[in-house]
Amino acid sequence: MSTPPPADGDLPGLATSALLRNTRESALKTPGIRWDEADVMSSIDTRKMNMFQSIRDAMSTTLSEDDTAVIFGEDVAFGGVFRCTMGLAEEFGKERVFNTPLTEQGIAGFGIGLAAMGQTAIAEMQFADYIWPAFDQIVNEAAKMRYRSGGQYSAGRLTIRAPSMTVGHGALYHSQSPEGFFMGAAGLKIVVPRGPIQAKGLLLASIRDPNPVIFFEPKILYRSSVEHVPIPSYTLPLSSAEILKPGSDLTILTWGTPLYTMSAGARIELIDLRTILPWDRETVVQSVKKTGRLVIVHEAGKIGGVGSEIASVVTEECFLRLEAPVRRVCGWDAPVPLIYEKFYVPDAVRILDAIVSTLHYLIPSQEFGVVHV
Amino acid sequence: MDNILYNVQRQGKISFYHGEEASIVGSAAALGPNDEVLGQYREMGVLVWRGCSIDELMAQCLSTERDAGKGRQMPVHFGAPRFHFHTISSPLATQLPQAAGVAYAIKRDPARRGVDCVACYFGEGGWDSGKGPGYGIDTIRVDGNDALAVFSAVTEARRRAVAESKPVLVEAMTYRVGHHSTSDDNNPLHRMRKFLELQGWWSLEEEDSLKASQKKAVLTAFQKAEKDLKPSLTGLFTDVYSDEDTPWNLVEQRKELRDLLKKYGDAWEPYRTERAKFKGHGNDL
Repeated sequence: MSTPPPADGDLPGLATSALLRNTRESALKTPGIRWDEADVMSSIDTRKMNMFQSIRDAMSTTLSEDDTAVIFGEDVAFGGVFRCTMGLAEEFGKERVFNTPLTEQGIAGFGIGLAAMGQTAIAEMQFADYIWPAFDQIVNEAAKMRYRSGGQYSAGRLTIRAPSMTVGHGALYHSQSPEGFFMGAAGLKIVVPRGPIQAKGLLLASIRDPNPVIFFEPKILYRSSVEHVPIPSYTLPLSSAEILKPGSDLTILTWGTPLYTMSAGARIELIDLRTILPWDRETVVQSVKKTGRLVIVHEAGKIGGVGSEIASVVTEECFLRLEAPVRRVCGWDAPVPLIYEKFYVPDAVRILDAIVSTLHYLIPSQEFGVVHV
Repeated sequence: MDNILYNVQRQGKISFYHGEEASIVGSAAALGPNDEVLGQYREMGVLVWRGCSIDELMAQCLSTERDAGKGRQMPVHFGAPRFHFHTISSPLATQLPQAAGVAYAIKRDPARRGVDCVACYFGEGGWDSGKGPGYGIDTIRVDGNDALAVFSAVTEARRRAVAESKPVLVEAMTYRVGHHSTSDDNNPLHRMRKFLELQGWWSLEEEDSLKASQKKAVLTAFQKAEKDLKPSLTGLFTDVYSDEDTPWNLVEQRKELRDLLKKYGDAWEPYRTERAKFKGHGNDL
C-alpha cells in the first residue's frame, strides 16, 4: 500500500520554489504587470494568497467593476470544488454567481449566449477532464462566432475556467491537460497560469480580452503555490511568454505544473509559455536562435500535443541555428493511469535526461571531425 | 464494507467511496442475473448481490495486481463482464446513451431478446428529475430508502422492459446516509432490519453476529490487499490500443521508460521507492 500523497501533491519543492514571489517588493517587480490605476505604485499593498484565493480575487474584481459580469458552473454558488468562488454568491448575489445543471455543453452555450449579448460570462468547468461535452460549443460556436457573423457577433466576453493537469492521484478523469485539442480552434485563446500573481493578472486579462478564452488552472497549484499578490487590480499580457531564467546553452519551454520540476541549472534558459494559443513565437524563436537547443515539456501526451506545433515552427524558423533536434518530454500516449502516475508525468529525471542528451548531441559531421560552418 | 472503505478513505488510503444500499441492492435483487448493468459509481451492491468476492472488490479499491482493471482507475470504478457489469467511467451520465445501445444489442440478439434487459443507474444530476413522462417513458417514483419498495418497482419495470421492449424510468428518491447516522429512522439498513425482525425472520443476535463476521471478512480482505503488489508497470502502455496492434509511439515510449529505469531506477530515489511497489519492479517493461 502506498502512503497517501502529501496534501500539497507530489511536488515537494513547490512551496519554496524560487519562481514564487514571496515579498511585496518582488511581487511589485513582476515583469509586464500593468496596473489599472496608473498612480498606485507607491501605495500598493500585497496579501499572501494561494492560487485559488488570487483567482477568487480576480473574479471579485470583475464582479465589482463590471455589472454585466456573472459567474456560473457546477457548485460554484457553494464555492466550487476548489474554493475559487468561495463567498462570491453571498457577496454579489445569487443572480450573479450561480449553479448550473451538470451539463458542460449547456454551461459553455449559456456563456456564449451571454457573451453574444455583450455581457461578461465567466464559466467554470469543474475539471478540464469534463470539458469534452462542451467541445462543440467551444470550437464550433464560441471560436467561430465572430468570423461567421462577419464581425457582427462575438463570444469575446466569454472566459471558461477549468482545473487541469495531474495531482498524483487523479487517474483518467481528474488529470488531463486538454490544451492541445484546442490548438486548431482559430478564434480561441488558451491561457495557463503558473501561480497566484500570474493567475490574477492573466485571468483579468482573459476576462477583458475581446476573444473567448479558456483558462486552464493547474490544480496542484491551487493550494500549494503561495505568493504576495498585489491587492489592486492589474493585468499581465496574453500571448507573451516569460523568460524566467536566462541561459545560453539550452532552452526549456513549458507551462503550468512542470515549471516547478525544473532544477536551476546554469546556462539553461527557462521559459513559461503562459498563453498556449496564440503563442509567443517571437520569444521562443529568439531564445532558440541564441541557445541552439530546445526541450519542450508538457504533461499531455506527445502525439498531437502542443509541443508538436511548437517543435515544427522552431524547426522552420531556427533550422540553421539548431545544435540538436528539438526534444519533447511529455506524458506517454496513454490515458493518465492512477497507479502509474509517477512514471507517467515528465518528472525531474526525465527532463534532466533529455537536457543531458540534447546538450551532448553531436551532429554527424562534427563526430567525423569535419569543420562545421 | 461501506464503513470500512469510508474509513479507509478518511485515512487517505483510497480516494473516494459512496453507498446507497436500498436503491442499489433492492434493484439488483429485482434484476435477472444476466441483465446488463451500466452504473454511475455507487453500484458496488449490484456486484456483491451477484456474488463478486470481497477480495475482488478490495483489489480494485486498492489498485492491486489482482484488480481486473489493472489499477488504472480510481477506487470503486469496477467492471466485470462475467457479472455483466460494464466498467465505470468518472464522467457523469455518459452511460445513458450507451445503455440505449446495449439495450438495442440485446433486442437484436435472438438469444437475449425478451429474456434480458439493461439497467442503467444514474444520479439526478444526469437527468433533471420528473422528465421521464415528458419523453413518453413509463416512470415510477419510489422511496429509495425502502429496499422492498425499490425491489417491487424494479421488478415491474423489468417486466415491462423485457416484455414490451421499452424503457422504464424508476426514480428512487434517496440521499446519501452518513455512515455515522445510525439512529436515523430513514436509514435503509435499519428499516430493512426492523422489517425482518417484525416478521420474526431476524434477531439482534443474528444481526450482531453477521455484522461481526462481515467486518472481519472485509478487514481480512483489506489487509491482504494492502500487502499485495501493484500491477506490472507494463500495464501503463497496454490496452491503449488492441495489444496486437500497439503503434510505434507506444512501443518506443515503453522502451524509453525501460531505459530510464535501467539508467536511474536505483539511483533516483523516487523511482527506486516507487518501482518496488509494482509486480516485476519495472524489469518487465
